[in-house]
Amino acid sequence: MTTPQPSASASRAARGEPVLCVEGLQTHFDLRQWGFVRVGSVRAVDGVDFTLDAGETVAVVGESGCGKSSLARTLLALHRPTDGAIRFDGTPLNGLSGSALKAYRGRVGYVQQDPYGALPPFMDIQRILAEPLIIHGVRGRAERARRIDAALEEVGLTPAADTRGKFPHQLSGGQQQRVVIARALLLRPAMIIADEPVSMLDASVRVEILELLRRVQREHHLALLYITHDLSTVRHYVDRAMVMYGGRIVEQAPVAELLARPGHPYTEALLSALGDPDADNAHRQREVPGGEPPSLIQPPSGCRFHPRCRHAMPGKCELEPPPPDFRPRPDHRIACWLHE
Amino acid sequence: MTPWLQGLARLRQYPSALAGLGIIALLVAMAVYAVTAIPYSEARELWRGGEAWQDLPTNASPVWTDRLLGGNAPRTIRVATDDVVMEQERYEGVRLQRAVLPVDFPYGGFPQEINLFVESQFDERQPFVRLTWRTPDGESIPLDARRVGESERISISQDRQLESRLGFTPQVGLFTDAEPGADDPQVRQGTYELVIEAIQFEETATLDANLVVYGQVHGLFGTDHKRRDLTVALLWGTPVALAFGLLAAVGTTLTTLIIAATGVWFGGWVDAVIQRLTEINIILPLLPILVMVGTLYSTSIWLMLGVVVVLGIFSAGIKMYRSMLLPIREAPYIEAARAYGAGNARIILRYLVPRILPVLIPTFVTLIPTYVFLEASLAVLGLGDPVLPTWGKILNDAQAQSALYHGFYYWVLAPAALLMLTGLGFAMLGFALDRIFNPRLRNV
Repeated sequence: MTTPQPSASASRAARGEPVLCVEGLQTHFDLRQWGFVRVGSVRAVDGVDFTLDAGETVAVVGESGCGKSSLARTLLALHRPTDGAIRFDGTPLNGLSGSALKAYRGRVGYVQQDPYGALPPFMDIQRILAEPLIIHGVRGRAERARRIDAALEEVGLTPAADTRGKFPHQLSGGQQQRVVIARALLLRPAMIIADEPVSMLDASVRVEILELLRRVQREHHLALLYITHDLSTVRHYVDRAMVMYGGRIVEQAPVAELLARPGHPYTEALLSALGDPDADNAHRQREVPGGEPPSLIQPPSGCRFHPRCRHAMPGKCELEPPPPDFRPRPDHRIACWLHE
Repeated sequence: MTPWLQGLARLRQYPSALAGLGIIALLVAMAVYAVTAIPYSEARELWRGGEAWQDLPTNASPVWTDRLLGGNAPRTIRVATDDVVMEQERYEGVRLQRAVLPVDFPYGGFPQEINLFVESQFDERQPFVRLTWRTPDGESIPLDARRVGESERISISQDRQLESRLGFTPQVGLFTDAEPGADDPQVRQGTYELVIEAIQFEETATLDANLVVYGQVHGLFGTDHKRRDLTVALLWGTPVALAFGLLAAVGTTLTTLIIAATGVWFGGWVDAVIQRLTEINIILPLLPILVMVGTLYSTSIWLMLGVVVVLGIFSAGIKMYRSMLLPIREAPYIEAARAYGAGNARIILRYLVPRILPVLIPTFVTLIPTYVFLEASLAVLGLGDPVLPTWGKILNDAQAQSALYHGFYYWVLAPAALLMLTGLGFAMLGFALDRIFNPRLRNV
């Protein structure tokens, strides 16, 4: 039995070891004809390396279809990785099954994009929140009720009694997302994976939910992996950001560094597409990368960004994929031949 | 308040649903009454027929249908020696017992049969009995004179000698003043008397007689060819039909749903096997298989129920539920449940199945009468449970006895009406539930 205990993780964190360590991760989905003849595969995650420290918030940024949600699901053990290693608290995730896998799932919280869809519509909030506790063997109705109330109050649904008996459709989108966050926190996880947690919410409640995530992340010293397509929400809420393109991480750096000195042409393009609250912008011509997101079934050769890249070097970029760790600065990693 | 209770509360807005609920409540009340008034073993025993029914006429129609059509057909009259004073005279070594049984006959038709049931107790010498019939105007007609055993049936209406004396069959001749052999004898109403004179040769010997003048009509639902009162079978048919329908509907719906959900959840070869099994099963004909099981093995209703459920599991319902469950399988809340560690069984039973259960309730309710009809069809085909009285068995008996040819409409109409009432009640409730729970029909 290799279930890491909270005290063990705390001591590991103290020694500076990362909570999550991902090396060469690949998640491919087979394309089959007639149900059994393999005719190709979707390379949704195709060689990803990164680490996540305790108490650290890291953003994964990328456009739709770049593989960031597949990455999240692989980390949640919802997809089986094709290759590569995931270590959580020093324990390898590969081949984990049965009670060990269940124990791992209890230590990772998941916040989804669509809060209404994430809550079973036929259960009331009390029942929804009791489910993870029942599954993880929290016995005693009173004990469960106490923890549910505490979680609801922690995410700002006070008094808990007002929310407990309601059904998901009786709550607003923001309240629903708070319940989802409460559910993710219930089992006292070491890490939370939030997949586009605010993209389906009204602009007015996005900030509240992001503030809530940051608060609980700090209070519980959680590792938070924040997946988004929206760079504008990244600036204030994360420590580090990773930019994903075509199933790979093309650049990772502390968020201030990344925003100030983007190294990869794709990051530059993303940043230039970002709205800036400046009146002059209205008349400025922006440079937006043309073309389509890359196919994950037949990805471009060499650097996956080269067909859309302004700086592509013929005879180099389309032939050889760049290694992911050109480091202009120690904590800034870029996968681009420009930085060779 | 859960969506379930809300849905049920909305039933009040549908008069047809309330009417359907009323019919179902009536049937349930009948079932409860049947089970409490006539215990299961007693019902089976009664339906086997025999002595319990010897006082009832055969194929008598219900009283109310005759009265409704303006008839005055005779009811059954029973008079026993216990009801009258028995005179006794002593002679040397013998006793003469004499009883007069009055028969008040105000009806417009002749009785069906006349029987005298005699019971006597003696040591060695049988009593000698002489019977005399007295008409309302005092005319005396000697009937039989014979020694009687311990328990004997004297069939007065079968007395061929009497028939030739009267010029009519006894049950006609004894109740008319028409000339012997007349074409259209009319009933003479009034009080007749049967005089029983018995000569007893022993001091302690006893004699009890019971005269039954069988009528043409009986009770609420009439009787069948074995003199059995149809009320028993109509009453007991209710719990049997409801239990069969309910168990078959619950059994098939729930197992089908769970199997469909299992296939959808695991996908791959599990799903493929379930789908192929379903496709094979769909083309298997249910009725011939049941006929085969009934002919070769047993026609016990519970075995039939089992076969119906087993063959009903991999039915077309699996395809329907699969199509409903496939999009739910991809719902984010299922992904969330996996992410917090829910196992396969929990996801199937607590996350997939409950999601479409409300939509199934109407289907389920309308399915109940289908199985009730199936049970009746099997019984009509002669595959009914041999010992249990059911509606289908009544129809089967009626068909075997050519009831409609003989004009015994009541024999077919009563069970058919109950079957139709069952179908109507559940259909009306089911259609209303469909409007409430089926999102596609809502606000239409």
